[in-house]
Amino acid sequence: MSGLTVTLQFSGGAELLFDKVKKREVELPALEKFLPQINKTDWSLRELLVWIKDNLLRERPELFLQGDSVRPGILVLINDSDWELYGELDYKIHNGDTIMFISTLHGG
Amino acid sequence: MPVLCRTGCGKKAVLKRPKTGDALCKECFYHAFEAEIHYTITKGRLFNNGDSVAIAASGGKDSTVLAHVMKTLNQRYKYGLNLMLLSIDEGITGYRDDSLETVKQNRDDYEMPLKILSYKDLYGWTMDEIVAQIGRKNNCTFCGVFRRQALDRGAAMLNVKCIATGHNADDIAETVLMNVLRGDIARLKRCTSISTGSEGTIPRVKPLKYTYEKEIVMYAHYKKLVYFSTECVFAPNAYRGHARALLKDMEKIRPSCIMDIIYSGETMAVKEDITLPTQRICIRCKFVSSQEVCKACVLLEGLNKGLPRLGIGKSSKAKKMLEEYNAKQGHTTIKETMQYLDNNYTNIGNIENCLSNDKLCKSRVCKVSKNNTQLINISGKCNNGHCSGQCKNNQFSKDKENKSNTKINILLEQYELSETSNNVTVGPSHANILNATDLDNLYPDQDEDSCSGTCGKMGSMQIGF
Ligand SMILES: [Zn+2]
Ligand SMILES: [Zn+2]
Ligand SMILES: [Zn+2]
Repeated sequence: MSGLTVTLQFSGGAELLFDKVKKREVELPALEKFLPQINKTDWSLRELLVWIKDNLLRERPELFLQGDSVRPGILVLINDSDWELYGELDYKIHNGDTIMFISTLHGG
Repeated sequence: MPVLCRTGCGKKAVLKRPKTGDALCKECFYHAFEAEIHYTITKGRLFNNGDSVAIAASGGKDSTVLAHVMKTLNQRYKYGLNLMLLSIDEGITGYRDDSLETVKQNRDDYEMPLKILSYKDLYGWTMDEIVAQIGRKNNCTFCGVFRRQALDRGAAMLNVKCIATGHNADDIAETVLMNVLRGDIARLKRCTSISTGSEGTIPRVKPLKYTYEKEIVMYAHYKKLVYFSTECVFAPNAYRGHARALLKDMEKIRPSCIMDIIYSGETMAVKEDITLPTQRICIRCKFVSSQEVCKACVLLEGLNKGLPRLGIGKSSKAKKMLEEYNAKQGHTTIKETMQYLDNNYTNIGNIENCLSNDKLCKSRVCKVSKNNTQLINISGKCNNGHCSGQCKNNQFSKDKENKSNTKINILLEQYELSETSNNVTVGPSHANILNATDLDNLYPDQDEDSCSGTCGKMGSMQIGF
């Protein structure tokens, strides 16, 4: 299976961890290539976070990730809806999806 | 397969409410979110018809959403409130100037008058200048202490009935947790109250007290409200950071824990003999204070004396600094130095002194004081040089005889030079001890706004600076 194109958005201060870039389109490789050891073909959010960690998150990943998920306090929206309605880490990513990360940890 | 709105409206749900677990569509979420805040306002009787209310606006998510919702509810339910925005400009380049732009946007969007008060005007120092003096480490002491007082002063200028702040449920739960972790029982009782303010101060109310942070952020996102998010450029309070992280971890497992912690704080019985420090008037700036000299004045004293760490940090450090200062001034003991400071201290702070010198003091500090906010030129000499240092020196020698040992001892205490004040033990008297190392302890309700930025909330989120 070939790769996917997804749009990633970072806001609420989360963009500060990603070179202040708020929106980027990324192409994900075939999952068998990226993570051959897990024997999966379909990208889920769980693997997307690993990809983000390896490719976008240059330093201090603990500010964005905790365990295999995002750090509590960072909201995730899948196509503008709360990921809690869509299985969170188990959500299967589709081509063209927009995944948004909003930090609530940066205050005001 | 989209999840449908729980209300049966037929629309697609967009979020799961942390408070109830309900999946709601955008419109039903807005309705629930606003209705709950309206309920909080009416049940807590936060406002009266005709009140002028200042919304403490930082440009961040909480105050932006607060301003939006207050405007909406004021119109929808005819509260009859005269709403305005009050912002504090700490003078932090690149941080506050950006967020003030956001506040100005709020002003235009919500058609509310905006008052911006700067540290420079009030205290003669910007945070940038303070940073230059003191380094980054203890800045939050200044920004927390000054900010709290600045809001009170601003509210007095605007002649408002109360100040509405954007503290949300997560903030309050965090404060409850912090007070429990510190054994600060006296403050525990107060920190959950929806309206705080003792005699002589302008009450602060928290319309978002029961509103989850997640919902505030989602509301701002869906409503496309523009807010400013950044971390405070100054060092966070590590202890609070851990408390926040713990809370967020627990919230993930059981979202209701936020409300449960607030409920615990509200209903916890507190022994009668545990009291907060009583409010009085700072003898220097005449503003409400729990100490004889308010913390802002102590900090300013240090800054203006070139001893910026006075009043913060470990007392042993302050002692060392004073010793160095001694050496410079030719004093040999701390007591002598304190006498010197004491002398200055009795001379300054009187606006008449400044004027009686027949030199018009043109510093903006003094202008502010004419606005009847009782602010005085605390250092006794104006920063812009219009007021010659003479007046200070004159009075210095005049008053030299008037000192007493008692006063010095009080001052020693005031400047936290007694080692005991550093080792706070848990107990009824806890609340009466000003713990020099704990910046959140400076004022009774201060926990909630320890810093103008978010450093108090940030924990290890601190990045990039
Ligand atoms: Zn609905
Ligand atoms: Zn700060
Ligand atoms: Zn004072």
